[in-house]
Amino acid sequence: MAKEPIIKIRDLNTYYGDRHILKGVNLDIYEGEIMTILGRSGCGKSTLLRHMVGLVRPASGSIFIKGQDITRMSEEEMTPILKKMGMLFQGAALFNSMTVGENVALPLKEHTQLEDSTISIMTRIKLDLVGLSGFESFKPAQLSGGMKKRAGLARAIAMDPDILFCDEPSAGLDPVVAMGIDQLIIKLEKAFRMTIVVVTHELPSVFTISDRIAMLHEGQIIAVGTQDELKNSSDPIVKQFLNREADDSELDRDKYLDSLVRN
Amino acid sequence: MMERVVSFFSSLGRPTLTFFVHLHRFVLLVLETFRWTIIAPFKGKKVRWRATVEQAVRFGWDSILIVTVIAFFIGLILAMQAADQLKPFGAEIYVANLVAVSLTRTLGPMITAIIIAGRGGSSIAAELGTMKVAEELDALRTMGLNPNWFLVVPRFVAMVMMLPALAMLANFVGIGGAYIFSVSALEINGVRFINQVALALVMKDMIVGLVKTVVFAMIIVFVGCYQGLIVEGGAEGVGKSTTNSVVISIFLIIAAEVFFTALFYSTL
Repeated sequence: MAKEPIIKIRDLNTYYGDRHILKGVNLDIYEGEIMTILGRSGCGKSTLLRHMVGLVRPASGSIFIKGQDITRMSEEEMTPILKKMGMLFQGAALFNSMTVGENVALPLKEHTQLEDSTISIMTRIKLDLVGLSGFESFKPAQLSGGMKKRAGLARAIAMDPDILFCDEPSAGLDPVVAMGIDQLIIKLEKAFRMTIVVVTHELPSVFTISDRIAMLHEGQIIAVGTQDELKNSSDPIVKQFLNREADDSELDRDKYLDSLVRN
Repeated sequence: MMERVVSFFSSLGRPTLTFFVHLHRFVLLVLETFRWTIIAPFKGKKVRWRATVEQAVRFGWDSILIVTVIAFFIGLILAMQAADQLKPFGAEIYVANLVAVSLTRTLGPMITAIIIAGRGGSSIAAELGTMKVAEELDALRTMGLNPNWFLVVPRFVAMVMMLPALAMLANFVGIGGAYIFSVSALEINGVRFINQVALALVMKDMIVGLVKTVVFAMIIVFVGCYQGLIVEGGAEGVGKSTTNSVVISIFLIIAAEVFFTALFYSTL
């Protein structure tokens, strides 16, 4: 893959107050691949994703999307780029006051001049695609967790984006439903040649969908590669994660007692 | 000793700093809302009228009953209290003056604003807060839709249109309450009462009353929206912000009322 990456992250640094969250992250994501960003809870992977969709501004560093640095853009300049990106939130983030159909139709209504009848056909196509045909008039509260994710996905792809971001797409779902979401993601990549960036810590998911995997640990990318490359990695942290080993937590009795009595 | 001094100053400094941070962000919200309402439509980003009408129905139409009932009661109370004081002088007819003036100048707009702060302001904070917690505001941003334009502007326009209308209604109904009491209990002639009201009221009272309600409407909307937008920490955070929105709006409404009264009616 010698071509120019569609997303290019360079030396990204972020702080929450005094805490250094992302410590000089560098990452290239290429067109048409499914890139999974893997890491433990609190390693900064969701923060990294939020940077890529422009929800958070970094303290320093750049994110180039199709060659344009989004970290230095105004809201107005960002809008055309956002129109060609979709995001599936962890909790789906459907608008609870609207029906499922209205949720999917919203970006089309606000960003295009299409007729209402065209929009409703497009909405139905998207819902069909995620296996939710016939649910247009349901409210999000009436859907199960897996269905909400599907509806969120339908909304994310409403504008036929080039890049799709997914934050923990299979978290909190039973294995069967999670597998369904994973297959849907693969289907989207195959059918529309979308570039898909997934943030997750669910290993089964990772090995189902990923073309390449980036492992984030304590704010730094410690490994990037294909599934096999990561499986054969000699890095102890990557190994620990992939083999699901617990942290060394041999309890030092004296230290523990000491910490209880100390005030 | 030194530690105490430091902790004393930091206990002063931290809340002050927090206050100014909030004030700064609040002012930004207000300015940005004005920009989206007044300037953006000329650049092709129109106000969402359908959403605005929905909000207007919610704040205005749905509040008519409660505003009417409370204004009627306030009119009755004022009339009864005034009559009690004026009777020894045989001056019951001046009940009309007292009620009409105190309602149109102060109580009508203020009571209406307080009711709507409790009803509309709190629901704005709760709604926006819940949306923030559920990442719906982030979802809007990732779609290239500004939450301020999408959510705050329709509420702002709706409230600024509806509150003056409700306050007018409250004035009218309150005077009606006093009318019913005066005609029935004080046996004042109805036409005389109405003439007396007309004599007592001047255009200035009406206009000042309307200007005030526009300011009150802004207080309710901006405090409600701001409290909703800064929610953090789930359901508990939403509850806290909702309560705060009501307390802060009512405080600001009454403070603004003091300011307006001093500005337009103080004889100092």
